[in-house]
Amino acid sequence: MENRDHIDHTLNHLFRQESGKMVSVLIKIFGIENIELAEDVVQDALVKALETWKFRGMPDNPRAWLYRTAKNKAIDIIRHNKHSRVIDFSDPEKQLLTSGYTLTTTMDNYWQEQHIKDDFLGMMYACCHPDISQENQITFILKALCGFSTKEVARSFLSNEDTISKRLYRTKEYFRKHKIRPVIPTSDEINPRTKTVLNAIYLMFNEGYNSTHADQLIRKDLISQAMLLCKSLLSEKRTQLPEVYALMGLMCFHASRIDSRLTKEGRLILLSEQDRTTWDAELIQSGEQYLNKAAFGDELSTYHLEAAIAYQHCCAKQYADTNWEMILEYYELLLKIANDPIVFLNRCLVILELRGPKEALIALENVKNNKLLEKYYLYHATLGEIYQRLEDNRTAATYYQKAMQLTQSKQERQFLKDKIARILK
Amino acid sequence: MKEFMFLFRGDDKVWDSKSPEEQQMHMQEWQQWIGEMAQQEKFIGGERLYSHGNTIHPGGTKVTDRPLTEGKELVGGYLIIKADKIEDATEMAKGCPGLQWNSYVEVREVWPED
Amino acid sequence: MKEFMYIIRGGHDANRSPEEMQQHMQHWQQWMGSLEKSEQLVGGQPLMNEAKTLTEGGKKVTDRPLAEGKELVGGYLLIKANSLDHAAQIAKDCPGFEYGCSVEVREISPME
Repeated sequence: MENRDHIDHTLNHLFRQESGKMVSVLIKIFGIENIELAEDVVQDALVKALETWKFRGMPDNPRAWLYRTAKNKAIDIIRHNKHSRVIDFSDPEKQLLTSGYTLTTTMDNYWQEQHIKDDFLGMMYACCHPDISQENQITFILKALCGFSTKEVARSFLSNEDTISKRLYRTKEYFRKHKIRPVIPTSDEINPRTKTVLNAIYLMFNEGYNSTHADQLIRKDLISQAMLLCKSLLSEKRTQLPEVYALMGLMCFHASRIDSRLTKEGRLILLSEQDRTTWDAELIQSGEQYLNKAAFGDELSTYHLEAAIAYQHCCAKQYADTNWEMILEYYELLLKIANDPIVFLNRCLVILELRGPKEALIALENVKNNKLLEKYYLYHATLGEIYQRLEDNRTAATYYQKAMQLTQSKQERQFLKDKIARILK
Repeated sequence: MKEFMFLFRGDDKVWDSKSPEEQQMHMQEWQQWIGEMAQQEKFIGGERLYSHGNTIHPGGTKVTDRPLTEGKELVGGYLIIKADKIEDATEMAKGCPGLQWNSYVEVREVWPED
Repeated sequence: MKEFMYIIRGGHDANRSPEEMQQHMQHWQQWMGSLEKSEQLVGGQPLMNEAKTLTEGGKKVTDRPLAEGKELVGGYLLIKANSLDHAAQIAKDCPGFEYGCSVEVREISPME
């Protein structure tokens, strides 16, 4: 018996998977200046599905049902706005939407699988236009392409709906003003433009992966949406780039450990203490496959190296088996292409593991008084770790305290608090 | 360029006798024919008409509940297109898929605006 | 609202004075203006008399319209109305009747 919960669940899942695609096709039809119209049509289709399925049960092919409903609604809107100025029909292909002789055939063409895929990817590139701030990029992606409500986006960013609405508005205005066309970039532009898209995807992933969130559901949602976006890039020949495979691999490795990182009470568990039998072997295996595919061409991106590091952790049966030499090598390479403070600090932690606290301290001291670094909680946490190993618990506690003040994450704070309590006992 | 109207004449008998697949194919031919004109920026607009209708006779009071002309003279739809002269428009009209389904096309120049 | 086509037929009369013609044109202007005001007017144009007709699958072309005289299509209008009867009701005010026109009212149909 199909109950409400089952319908709700299926619809929710379907909506996360398909709404972005439907919105993208509808934006192609109505024009970038009519994003609200596109979103309304998809929203209507969702509401109609809820109402209809509740009474008549789920259709055999729910996805096709949703698409057909959205398409029919779009035909209605075109008919009503044929003579208004809401939609610009000047493009020869769109002109065919204005005649009864060609409307349905033209409409059907817009909803062919290949076109759906192209439009969705095109929208991803539009959302990640380099002129749009990263924050606004992700906000818009979540709302328009991942089927998040404004409220859910706000929860994802630990922000309020007002702020999110403003961000969405600014992005829409940008599209309108610059008449941005949602298309997959040409081959001479595809590399740099894809970098921006991957950046947004990885940020979104980290928003879910890093434990700034108490809300488990939102976190998992962000992670699976980021992976879904990356996967859709890999479904199209033009965007099957080494870097995309590398990021996909990296996310698989990270995601495989998601359930082992927190206790039931939401406390952080260190890598050394995680129960490795809970790691998702299937995801690790997919990660490996992606990483293999990432190895063509001569490009070595940060994602390649980060994935390689994550892989080293994933394939160590226990913490003691970790190949720290290899990992250190990857960090050296990583530092060469990205002078990132986080990378630098992580490298210090590897040195601590491999060569002991004195060496690690020397490595860190090379950049002492680095103002930028001092803003990172990880810098102080690393120093705390080093001093703890040097058995200078008082100094260690001071650094942990400093780190506590700097982190946004509830879990990290709790973790540091526990540490201080333990060493000052 | 001038504007011309294609008046498609003929009833739905042939259309109704075809299978949905054949109708679908036929629609694709229309799509292609009109699509090509649109690509050349020669297509302005046009609609298909339901075959039923009312006619108001001279004087404006008597109304009958059917079109004035029926059968092969029934107006089934129209297109407005651009061409330099009526001969060119006539050439373009020859590609109309409806002609293969027993329809007639009347080509008329739209009264120029002045 | 649905969309309808008025096919305006016949009604050619050369025996009118320029003043009468002028007045007739003004009636058209007023009527179309009122349709426009109520947002019911979509478009429309008069047609020239010259015509070519394609028959026999497009192989045969004749130099005249398919129907002539009082059945000659002289122009069309596209309007919005609630129903065929509503559209016919509106059409009764068409100034073309002053010149003996007939108006055929037909609903726009999608091809599906």
